[in-house]
Amino acid sequence: MLELNAVQSGYGETQVLHGLTLEAKQGRVLAILGRNGAGKSTTLKTIMGLLPVKSGQIAFDGKPIPARPFDVARTGIAYVPETRDIFPSLSVRENLEIAASRFGAEGADWTMERVLDLFPRLGERLDNGGTQLSGGEQQMLAIARALLMNPRLLILDEPTEGLAPIIVKLIHDKLQELKAEGLSMILVEQNFGFATSLADDVVVVSKGQVVWTGSAEAIKADETAQHTWLGV
Amino acid sequence: MANDLGFWTLQALNALQLSMLLFLLSIGLTVIFGLMHFVNLAHGSLYALGAYVAASLAAVGGFWMGFFLAPVAVAGVGILLYSGLIRRMRKSGPMAQVLVTFGLIFAMLDLTRIFWGDLALAIEVPALLDGRLSFLGVEYPTYRLFIIALGLAIIAALAFVLGRTQIGAMIRAGVDNDAMAACLGINVERLFFVVFCVGCALAGLAGAVAAPLLSVTPDMGLQILIPTLIVIVIGGLGSLKGAVAGSLIFGFVQTFGAVLAPQLASVLIYALLAAVLVIKPVGLFPAKG
Repeated sequence: MLELNAVQSGYGETQVLHGLTLEAKQGRVLAILGRNGAGKSTTLKTIMGLLPVKSGQIAFDGKPIPARPFDVARTGIAYVPETRDIFPSLSVRENLEIAASRFGAEGADWTMERVLDLFPRLGERLDNGGTQLSGGEQQMLAIARALLMNPRLLILDEPTEGLAPIIVKLIHDKLQELKAEGLSMILVEQNFGFATSLADDVVVVSKGQVVWTGSAEAIKADETAQHTWLGV
Repeated sequence: MANDLGFWTLQALNALQLSMLLFLLSIGLTVIFGLMHFVNLAHGSLYALGAYVAASLAAVGGFWMGFFLAPVAVAGVGILLYSGLIRRMRKSGPMAQVLVTFGLIFAMLDLTRIFWGDLALAIEVPALLDGRLSFLGVEYPTYRLFIIALGLAIIAALAFVLGRTQIGAMIRAGVDNDAMAACLGINVERLFFVVFCVGCALAGLAGAVAAPLLSVTPDMGLQILIPTLIVIVIGGLGSLKGAVAGSLIFGFVQTFGAVLAPQLASVLIYALLAAVLVIKPVGLFPAKG
């Protein structure tokens, strides 16, 4: 579904990805694991067009991915950034509507009603400002907003960071529901247990390159890889 | 004087009229700044251009022709500026943008001199708005009341568009975080272009309505630039509320300062600006909170 082939990317003069190659498959969840600074978030930002591809190729459904973020979004990829990036001057309702207005065509899978069924707490906070929400509610809003884009591929960067365990469990359960529906996902996550319980496939990134590829079950069983690449 | 209610009403109306004129200029500049992170110091030159175009058109077809067509003409110049210069300079950093748009002020200054000469032009107030109206117990020029009403109407229209419509939500989202807005499928670059053109049209409108009050001179854009920047810094970048608050504060401090403390009038607004920068460096109502 999404293929990165020998991708080099980074911030200005600083190169972070050094020929990264990976594949996310249709209907499966791919977890990208690695230590801090390995290049996980940079990979997601490069896919979204937020950082330029210096060399290599990214293809989505066999076609080269566009360079600009709004074109990437229109190909069917939705992004939940690590910082959630809720728009502070928009209400919760407006944060949702801004995504729904562009991708919520008649007959679309994800509607306002359906995301509010998934996250009922957002329904109680619709008229609140985007930043009046707790960290957990902001994460729910970021995921709900991405779902309203009716994506074919959902990309999540550290969805559990800074959240209380009870909210982590809730986010886990919701992502499990989405997985059960067959939504393709790429998940960058520091929480090893969270990532491997959701993922089908795993790649481990170190110094901007993929150093381990396999199934979630395989990495759970491979203590050497966990110790070497993840410090678990 | 202190007990004369009419005197204070008159000063308040003067302050309000100055505030509305500054608002028309600052709203475009502040939203362009907030949304595009682009420092367009030549915004004042578009105001001067609006005044000149309005004066020329008024000479041919009367005040209303200038009033309606000057904003369109200035928006047209804005399109040329955007396509020829600003789009290419979007990523070149504030220092390069300041230098280029500062240079543009002088280029436009000379162009107005070449086209219209150095002598000041004047526009007659239209017959419909000539004379005085009794308002809150004072006789006040109808044309100045018209400027206040026009400013209030534009504040209301912009508040509606920015606060209640989908495109308004997109603009606010773009000001908050343009990268995330783009990740939601919003063509932020196109949005910039629309906002830039509307901002230019409002600068042209400000020039057209100011023309009957002030002499139309080549340097009028340069003169208005500093007050406009002060409005934006006091109000905070990128927000309608900030532009309204900054314009009102500037208008009232300037007008009442000149009446109550004439010896301090010229420094009062700068003292206030310094105080805002010390207490709240991001301004009173910045879009990014």
